[in-house]
Amino acid sequence: MSQKATQCQCACCCGAESEEALQERIRTLAREYRGKEGSLIQVLHMAQTIYGYLPMEVQKIVADELGLPLSQVSGVVTFYSFFSTQPRGKHTIRVCLGTACYVRGGKKIVERLQELLDVKVGDTTADRKFTLEVARCIGACGLAPAMSIDDTVYKQVKPERLESILARYDENGGEEA
Amino acid sequence: MLNLTINGKLCQAQEGSTILEAARQNGIHIPSLCYLKDVHQYGTCRVCVVEVEGMKNLQASCMVKAREGMVIHTNSPKVRAKRKMLYELLISNHPKDCLSCARNRSCELQALGEELGVTEARISGEMGPCHVDVSPSITRDTSKCILCRRCVTVCNQVQEVGAINAQNRGFDTVISPAMGLPLNSTACAMCGQCVSVCPTGALTETDAIQPVWKALEDEQRLAVIQVAPAVRAALGEEFGLPTGTRCTGKIAAALHQLGFDHVFDTDFAADLTILEEGTELLQRLQSALTGGDAVLPMLTSCSPGWIKHIEHAFPTELDHLSTCKSPHTMMGALVKSFYAQKVGLDPSKIFMISVMPCTAKKYEIQRPEMEVHGRRDVDAVLTTRELARMIKAAGIDFANLPDEKFDDPLGLSTGAADIFGVTGGVMEAALRTVYELTCGRELPFEGLHVTPIVGLELVKEAAVTFENVLPEYAFLEGVTARVAVTSSLKGADILMRDVEAGTSPYHFIEVMGCPGGCINGGGQPRNREEGYREKRMEALYTEDETKTLRKSHENPDLQALYQEYLGHPCGHKSHELLHTTYTPRGLYNQLVK
Repeated sequence: MSQKATQCQCACCCGAESEEALQERIRTLAREYRGKEGSLIQVLHMAQTIYGYLPMEVQKIVADELGLPLSQVSGVVTFYSFFSTQPRGKHTIRVCLGTACYVRGGKKIVERLQELLDVKVGDTTADRKFTLEVARCIGACGLAPAMSIDDTVYKQVKPERLESILARYDENGGEEA
Repeated sequence: MLNLTINGKLCQAQEGSTILEAARQNGIHIPSLCYLKDVHQYGTCRVCVVEVEGMKNLQASCMVKAREGMVIHTNSPKVRAKRKMLYELLISNHPKDCLSCARNRSCELQALGEELGVTEARISGEMGPCHVDVSPSITRDTSKCILCRRCVTVCNQVQEVGAINAQNRGFDTVISPAMGLPLNSTACAMCGQCVSVCPTGALTETDAIQPVWKALEDEQRLAVIQVAPAVRAALGEEFGLPTGTRCTGKIAAALHQLGFDHVFDTDFAADLTILEEGTELLQRLQSALTGGDAVLPMLTSCSPGWIKHIEHAFPTELDHLSTCKSPHTMMGALVKSFYAQKVGLDPSKIFMISVMPCTAKKYEIQRPEMEVHGRRDVDAVLTTRELARMIKAAGIDFANLPDEKFDDPLGLSTGAADIFGVTGGVMEAALRTVYELTCGRELPFEGLHVTPIVGLELVKEAAVTFENVLPEYAFLEGVTARVAVTSSLKGADILMRDVEAGTSPYHFIEVMGCPGGCINGGGQPRNREEGYREKRMEALYTEDETKTLRKSHENPDLQALYQEYLGHPCGHKSHELLHTTYTPRGLYNQLVK
């Protein structure tokens, strides 16, 4: 494949790999797991890391290369909340709704985030910056109510603080602080 | 043997049995719902729970293996109360429209409620996902699904197609193709094995009864009906007759009483298929043995579920398929040409109906290939179950009907045609004719049965050596034809992997889409009796053995058809009416080149 074809074909000049090139990477990777029982979740995990989410086209590639029916692949994808069939934002916000966080106001955080981002739980903002999710306990009960953005955990979050937390995620995509 | 105590009674059970099986071996009945012999994997419904002394919780007897010295109570107050509660939870999000459900009085969920003595539904709440998906063959109504996963097991483990599986999680779980696709857009073969095992009304055949009643009422149209071989071995079950009762004469009588204008026998078209397919095989063998480029092994083409499956799973191997249409579509094409002409009928006034043990045939008749000069070969397919419903609705006392005959000139058949309904039958019928036509004497097997390919094993094979052949078949002299037979799509895949790799040692392969062949088709009565397939198989072999004529080429009406109309097998007229082409679909219907 020529260098040009592997580049993103949109006008953004970001230099990212094209969808075709990503799919080809997933195909090559999945092929190595053919015939190895119990590798479906692992392959899906890697495919989602490469592609960002798991649309039908990617699921078909995994199914074909592992020699599994598409219905089985899709069954696993739709079973685990970690897998997404929708494009995901650059950052994933997970609000904890485990018992401790729930009683200390986790639900209010979800409500406020839905307002601020104009999305529902499970969805991604129009600018693909944030995906909003809820989690059933992230193991930070002492810090309730807690939420995480990517790998950073925020403790004792109050709805009023959310705007300033979100503002930390600038155009470069990383957390500033 | 294991020794255990069930309900205070000392019992013995085979090693490896589950508690449920151990109890059944000792005549102790444990109520169950999702359990189905040979199709059981998950133990989802928990209805079969029992108390095992020394174990804290109730155990699902279908999943827990019986062990030496176990003390089990299948009928304690605790067990009965829990079963009832489980049942009430199961029906808490069930539509409960039993009076107008297609499975009314044939529903396993309904029967279980009666068995457990449930007289109230105390729990009500949110209802589960409701999607209705109508494909040409199968209708899915997820609101009636109890998530027992029998269909998932037959589709994934018995057939190894995997068109459906559990999607989503928890309360949102639904048994469905990937990402909620409609069944008709997947690689589903429409075999209907899922419909056969479904305990409720969640999976049913797509209705053809209404258009058939309409055709019967319509004075402008001529309703012509035909009946497949396997139907006669099973229809009686719907009317309380013992499994394996042959009902050929009663079926002809019932169809006459229902008012069909002509009642023909698909058996006749099965004999015709043997002449066409046998000739095609000889042509291919001659070509291959004399340096030509004919494709071998040749694969049978009578099972539309198998045809759809190979088009999806092995789209590059379609040249191996015989070009013969399935027998009932051959019959349809003949009725609207030969027969219409013979009796001076306008073929466009004919409404052709097939009674089939099959759901895939409902799909097959809608294929664009299945028409001649713009006229559909067959207009409607009723399953065996649907015909039973019509007979009941008409108030016909089926069990006590006197025997009648199918109508001439498309009603006479040989024994070779009857065994089309069981795995190995088409192969045996073809060998009877091909051997005799080429060698001038009977096939050298006792009772004309090719014993290595008789029975319900997954893959069977046989060999026949052609010796002292007639002069015009000199190319066959000394040739040993190797044949293989399989039923189920899992078996088909086993043989097809060799075909695809070019290493198949066979000349001719018979494939039936359903395990056991048409006797166990997706449109047959749902029979949960031990050994029901063997009994239906026996019925067809008996039907064959009791006939004077047992080789397709001896059918006098078929000989007359060739003389009067078709000319000779695989001739011009045959190709116009009786042969077809296939579509390379690919696993995702992407239409592979």
